[in-house]
Amino acid sequence: MAKILSTRQLTPITKLFVVDAPLVAEAARPGQFVILRVREGGERIPVTIADYDRAARTIAIVVQEVGVTTRLVNRLGAGDDILDVVGPLGTPVEIPAGGHVVGVGGGFGAAALLCLMRELTARGDRTTSLLGARTKELLILVDELRAVSTNVELCTDDGSAGHHGLVTGRLAELIAGQGPGRPDHVIAIGPEVMMRAVAEATRPERIHTLVSMDPLMIDGTGMCGGCRVIVGGESKFACVDGPCFDAHQVDFTVAMRRGKAYAAEEKLAAERLAAAGGR
Amino acid sequence: MPVKRADKTPMPVRLPEERAHDFGEVNEGYALERAMFEAERCLRCQDPVCVEGCPVRIPISDFIHEVAAGDLVAAARILRTANPLPAICGRVCPQETQCEERCVMGGRFRPVAIGHLERFVADQERARGISTTAERTHSEKVAVIGAGPAGLVCAGELARMGYGVTVYEGLHAPGGVLRYGIPEFRLPKAILDHEIAVLQAMGVEIVCDVIVGRTLPLDRLFEMGYAAVFVGTGAGLPQFLGIPGEDLNGVMSANEFLTRVNLMKGYTFPEADTPVKIGKRVAVVGAGNTAMDAVRTALRLGAEEATIVYRRSDKEMTARVEEHEHAIQEGVVFDWLTSPIEVVGDETGWVTGLRCQKMRLGEPDASGRARPVPIPGSEHVIPVDTVIVAIGTSPNPLLVRTTKGLQTDRHGCLVANEATGLTSKPLVFAGGDAVTGTATVILAAGAGKRAAHAIAEALSPAA
Ligand SMILES: Cc1cc2nc3c(=O)[nH]c(=O)nc-3n(C[C@H](O)[C@H](O)[C@H](O)COP(=O)(O)OP(=O)(O)OC[C@H]3O[C@@H](n4cnc5c(N)ncnc54)[C@H](O)[C@@H]3O)c2cc1C
Ligand code: FES
Repeated sequence: MAKILSTRQLTPITKLFVVDAPLVAEAARPGQFVILRVREGGERIPVTIADYDRAARTIAIVVQEVGVTTRLVNRLGAGDDILDVVGPLGTPVEIPAGGHVVGVGGGFGAAALLCLMRELTARGDRTTSLLGARTKELLILVDELRAVSTNVELCTDDGSAGHHGLVTGRLAELIAGQGPGRPDHVIAIGPEVMMRAVAEATRPERIHTLVSMDPLMIDGTGMCGGCRVIVGGESKFACVDGPCFDAHQVDFTVAMRRGKAYAAEEKLAAERLAAAGGR
Repeated sequence: MPVKRADKTPMPVRLPEERAHDFGEVNEGYALERAMFEAERCLRCQDPVCVEGCPVRIPISDFIHEVAAGDLVAAARILRTANPLPAICGRVCPQETQCEERCVMGGRFRPVAIGHLERFVADQERARGISTTAERTHSEKVAVIGAGPAGLVCAGELARMGYGVTVYEGLHAPGGVLRYGIPEFRLPKAILDHEIAVLQAMGVEIVCDVIVGRTLPLDRLFEMGYAAVFVGTGAGLPQFLGIPGEDLNGVMSANEFLTRVNLMKGYTFPEADTPVKIGKRVAVVGAGNTAMDAVRTALRLGAEEATIVYRRSDKEMTARVEEHEHAIQEGVVFDWLTSPIEVVGDETGWVTGLRCQKMRLGEPDASGRARPVPIPGSEHVIPVDTVIVAIGTSPNPLLVRTTKGLQTDRHGCLVANEATGLTSKPLVFAGGDAVTGTATVILAAGAGKRAAHAIAEALSPAA
């Protein structure tokens, strides 16, 4: 059980939660996640730790409504309890120090860059947060990321803010030396199509690139293998070995296919939730 | 006086055609008359060899004698002194290779139904609210990692001896395999809940959602004031076949399948939120208890055909005999001497079949079991839409990787003293599947109990 201390609506379907979780806050490192559950009979879903504050003993998570459980989470407010929060899970991100790190955040994936960019900037790396969304209103945590990154670059599909176009377009320009310049390391967090496109953009340049995979999970501790991701031809458990993997080694085709394995059931559950008036 | 009757008093079971489609318990349990009738068969041997077959040395003929006399309170007390989880063990122990195998009745006749009687006494104890209490007499407290049978029994024993105990469990509910692995139709969760409530009433504190090694380093437990630590983290890491096509949609480990069904209550989807997909035809690879549970669960979820695929024969099968019998009655198909070599899928990435080859048994291998050898030209595809892999599990390396000074063997099992459970790290004890690899509930319980006594000895050496 973990109490929600405050919340902030970031977009109509995306919400930030500050949660009282002393043990998780103490142990958390960038790139890790928690598993949460909101009701008896509820699913266990992985959610990236966006930020943590060891002094305040809190973690911040950002939840976007995509299925039943995320919808139920987003109905909660300050003072409510989340039934189960367990973590931090997964292996923290490892990026060699001293380079120019570009963090690509697609949609609400930007949230996961928060603690990572803060840590990298603080140790002296040059950091660029490259954030993309369909339109201006869907860009999240821009001010917060400005505060912890050396540079922030914005991209929108409709041109309503920053560069007009996809993050990969701007990334190619950076690689060519424009703006903050060529990255030494790239980490991409967001929809799988975006992460795959980033991997393709950096592959010919041989730029070290990580992606944060988000497969279906159950336990999150290495017990079920449901989170298997093919990396370099080998089967890896994203919850233990990941969730961050070498982007150039990940088999995205398999990952995307596995992600849809329960699409029909998810649709049924969503319809049922809607019919029940959302509870 | 013992009464000579050749056969066991039968366990009342629900009809296969009825039970194979729901999750209600298969065995219905003895009523008092049947239990007393069966108890009369015990010869009350001078030197009861059955006890030697019991990993926790239950004084078997003593408790059975009380059943025969109709004194269930006394019977329950005797059982409890030796086995803290009788209602569970009475249901899931492989009695045929333990106590009942040694029973002298078994020579010419059938052995006494010790397991059924154990279950009967424990169920009566629960129904009548016969309770156990404990008093805190020591200031020291002990941390237990993992709420499976090993951890729970260790905690219960320590509480009974008067120590403070906190159990840290990674999942959202305690029980270990008893919670996420063994299905409702074999072990109703209400029984597990009761056993856990008994422990809590004795003062055992259970904290879920804490993964030691992630949420807390093991060494932090000492800083937090625990005087000793017991590691009962089990062997939950599923093994896969390593054959082509294993990443196809529709292939999963038995752990995933059973966790979806049991821990997450997926069999009630969409009532519960976690879905489970089974398809029409299911192949389960393996022939242990896990495989039997998976295949019988598949039938209950509506599979039209559920097949066990195993590369050896029924003689090498490790499942309990009763589970095998029940599976046959329920219509499970058994493809013995059949080894999968590839999972076949369609263009959408879903499973359509399991390519196998037939085997024959050759010379014994290092384990002493006959080695299966492929028969050339025997390749064939079993059409299925779900493949469940139940070929074993190994200890989860998470705790060991994040803790200094914990030694493991080459299988990843913790190295621990057999008598005390002491590991390579001072004041850290271990037992159960984490030490032995996948074994049994009663062996885990026995290890937890021995370690509890060793911990007590370490903390307050008898003067
Ligand atoms: C499907 C199935 C059917 C079985 N059927 C039978 C049967 O009929 N009869 C029989 O005797 N045996 C059976 N077994 C085997 C038996 O269940 C196990 O031998 C027994 O449960 C082992 O107990 P344990 O306490 O060592 O571990 P487990 O029961 O595995 O419990 C370990 C617990 O520790 C937790 N944990 C792990 N790591 C951490 C950590 N770092 N921090 C906190 N918590 C942690 C886990 O979540 C788990 O709850 C079966 C096993 C399976 C999988
Ligand atoms: S989520 Fe179960 S092993 Fe990763």
